[in-house]
Amino acid sequence: MAFSNRGVSLTVAAVLLASGTTPLAARKDKEERPASQGASAEPENPYPSAYRPYGGRPTVLRGATIFDGEGGRIDNGVVFLSEGKVMAIGGADTPIPADVVVIDAQGKYVTPGVIDIHSHLGDYPSPGVDALSDGNEATSPVTPHVWAEHSVWPQDPGFSRALANGGVTTLQILPGSANLFGGRSVTLKNVPARTMQGMKFPGAPQGLKMACGENPKRVYGSKGREPSTRMGNMAVNRQTWIKAREYQQKRAAGKDQTRDLGMETLADVLEGKIMVHNHCYRADEMANVIDMSKEFGYKVSTFHHAVESYKIADLLRDNGICSALWGDWYGFKMEAYDGIKENIPLVHKAGACAIVHSDDQDGIQRLNQEAAKALGAGRRMGIDISDEVAWTWLAINPARAMGIADRTGSLKVGKMADVVLWNGNPFSTYTRPEKVWIDGALLYDAFDPKRRPVSDFELGQIGAGDVK
Amino acid sequence: MTKICSVRARACRMGAAALLALIAAVPALAQPIAITGATLAIGDGSEPIQNGTVVIDAGKIVAAGAGIAVPAGAKIVDASGKWVTPGLVSGFSRVGLAEVPAVRETNDISANSPFSAAIDVAPAINPLANPVAISRNGGVTRAVVAPAASSGIFAGQGAVIDLGADLSPITKARAFEYVEMGEAGAAEAGGSRAAMILTFKMMLRQAQDYARAPAAFDGNSKDSLLNRVDAEALVPVITGAMPLMVHAESARDILAALALRQDFPALRLILAGATEGWMVAPQIAAAKVPVITAGLEDLPSAFEKLAATQSNVGRLVQAGVSVSMGMLTGDDALQLRVANQQAGNMVALTKVPGATGLSWGQALRTITLAPAEAMGLGDRLGSLQPGKAGDVVIWDGDPLEMTSAPVAVWIDGVAQPMTDRQTRLRDRYATPDEGSLPKAYEW
Repeated sequence: MAFSNRGVSLTVAAVLLASGTTPLAARKDKEERPASQGASAEPENPYPSAYRPYGGRPTVLRGATIFDGEGGRIDNGVVFLSEGKVMAIGGADTPIPADVVVIDAQGKYVTPGVIDIHSHLGDYPSPGVDALSDGNEATSPVTPHVWAEHSVWPQDPGFSRALANGGVTTLQILPGSANLFGGRSVTLKNVPARTMQGMKFPGAPQGLKMACGENPKRVYGSKGREPSTRMGNMAVNRQTWIKAREYQQKRAAGKDQTRDLGMETLADVLEGKIMVHNHCYRADEMANVIDMSKEFGYKVSTFHHAVESYKIADLLRDNGICSALWGDWYGFKMEAYDGIKENIPLVHKAGACAIVHSDDQDGIQRLNQEAAKALGAGRRMGIDISDEVAWTWLAINPARAMGIADRTGSLKVGKMADVVLWNGNPFSTYTRPEKVWIDGALLYDAFDPKRRPVSDFELGQIGAGDVK
Repeated sequence: MTKICSVRARACRMGAAALLALIAAVPALAQPIAITGATLAIGDGSEPIQNGTVVIDAGKIVAAGAGIAVPAGAKIVDASGKWVTPGLVSGFSRVGLAEVPAVRETNDISANSPFSAAIDVAPAINPLANPVAISRNGGVTRAVVAPAASSGIFAGQGAVIDLGADLSPITKARAFEYVEMGEAGAAEAGGSRAAMILTFKMMLRQAQDYARAPAAFDGNSKDSLLNRVDAEALVPVITGAMPLMVHAESARDILAALALRQDFPALRLILAGATEGWMVAPQIAAAKVPVITAGLEDLPSAFEKLAATQSNVGRLVQAGVSVSMGMLTGDDALQLRVANQQAGNMVALTKVPGATGLSWGQALRTITLAPAEAMGLGDRLGSLQPGKAGDVVIWDGDPLEMTSAPVAVWIDGVAQPMTDRQTRLRDRYATPDEGSLPKAYEW
């Protein structure tokens, strides 16, 4: 019974087979601990990644200016990609193996692939019609049981634009912000695929999307439901965490309880397996969330949109929380009223973690330009940040906040060969990706019209295959 | 709105600090200004020149170029190492119509009203809205401001404004009528494009009836699509006295818009949107209809934009169409300052194989002279040609780069304050630590 559930992970079954556990012993265990059935039956990964790197020829990029994504810079550098990994990176004297493709990248720039920590591609795809609008389960303020990955439509043309124009190689798809607990996020490699599983970043932790402020109180308040105020937001949050802690404690102790998908998500947060991504604009609300996270014993990875992070950059630094931010958005709603262009550099200057994010199908194509806005604004107020350090906002910082920094987010030996060759300085408006590799596979090449993905939706339509 | 200030009296202000700033700027009206040593771009499509000079006097451009003599008694502004352009002109926006678009009380962009075509945005524009100052500090000195439709296909009459720090924003009121003709137009007309086209034609015919015999016009009959006020407002559209800005995105909607001239030959059309314009570029060029577009649209974000590509602008310009950038997408009341990003990305396309972009000078033209011309104001605004308005910006670097920003802005020859609410917040929180008193005491 326990293993007749759909989606039982192969890993669990394999472990049982390999461990030599007799069926009797297994049954005995089952009988003795019926209460643990629900918990032990909870599969670790019921929708596993089916992504496999597409492979590519061993390639050396020679002569470029390299931003390594962790703040390092190499002029006239060498990067060697092979077997899907960064095999070597260094200066001009780095040995170049025989029988590899050598690309002369003089005058050009090489960076790790851009990571967007906040996207709704696939969940709010193009075309933006109701039939494809799957980003907010706005029927209850508490929906930690929904998973954004189950809404991802891999045929969203937006993925290809993020690749070709934005150099985006990894992105986190989050549920929307209508709900206090919006559901689980998924991290994708930006590879075209027939299924979501074919894009899923192997082994990336899931996130939990939470939301502060105006959206939950507006969506539910307008229906005459709780929450209709910010204090209502907090009360529903706290009540939910109390329930989640009870569930988690019972689960950890193997006690009997009905399996609850939402509580599983929250219990995983409390156990540190799922990272919290909290949409929150205002400084005062972020401070409330920080206290709440301490009250219930969880960690906030990142505040998203956080237009007022600059007001509490010290608090964010001291609590080790990242801020995922726009370059210059402000004022479109009341809680965005105090947005300023210097938000990112001020957060950075305080020693807190700053990330450039998009939340937008257009913005994701120009995260480098959003970073440039922040960089320029910072320098004008005397915050001296180098180009290569600013690139951390698009690389290692989001990778850390998403729990994948050991695999991608910088050009370090052994990491995934997620690489962009830019045709100029990527902080310039005049620069575009020339080539993009994901796990060493060349998936975009400006000089090869066939190395430009065309989704099923666009195939056979006017403009299919055009330079977009 | 009570008329507090005359158009020229820009010292008429609210707020003591800003008033002082303007008083300080007043002598500039009496004294010529010579901006020297700059990398200078005229805005007419020509490429920038080195060591350029701009002379402003009595609110107008007197001269601009290389080798220009500095007049005696002029106040010299050294712009060595900097760039100088005309003030940017947003070809489409809703600036001044909303302080915080999502806060209903501050949003005057559209209305559920018994009126449509007659609605005039000019008296509703708030020149003290913070997005006006924020946009100005991004180098935008003039903007086309359009109403949005919500009571039928006609939205009303838009204006051209300046973004000066004063209470007299109007450059040209009732500059155009705005009509929805694509997916949004079909929805406003009850649900189909067929109904939309018929509604358009019948409304204009009723406006013709009104023009022939105003006293006999019965706007209250059950056959009437227009009340008297809206009918009257459409008369100058039919005669061509007032341009008609048509929002159409798809190739077929653009052709349908151009075809309206078969019934109403005097229509002076301006196309807004035109995401698929490149597909019918020769027809648009032949019709001599200017296009105002978002520039960077490259997704089929709607079925009326299936053929979207960033090369749209370049292909239209190559076909001979006059193209301007505007906030057809994004925050049209707030983010006019991304005009330089829209233009700069057109230059980027020139390095992308298979794409069609613009030269630097052409790109700047889409955010300066081209929108002024689209509004019929090309003789007064949009470039640094002698006799035009003294709208000038000095930038600390290449104005189409995102790392650059204005360091000085003049509108009609008046130096503008370079502070706004955002710079004040920035300065207050330059360090997050509080001093001996809370941040609220730092101002």
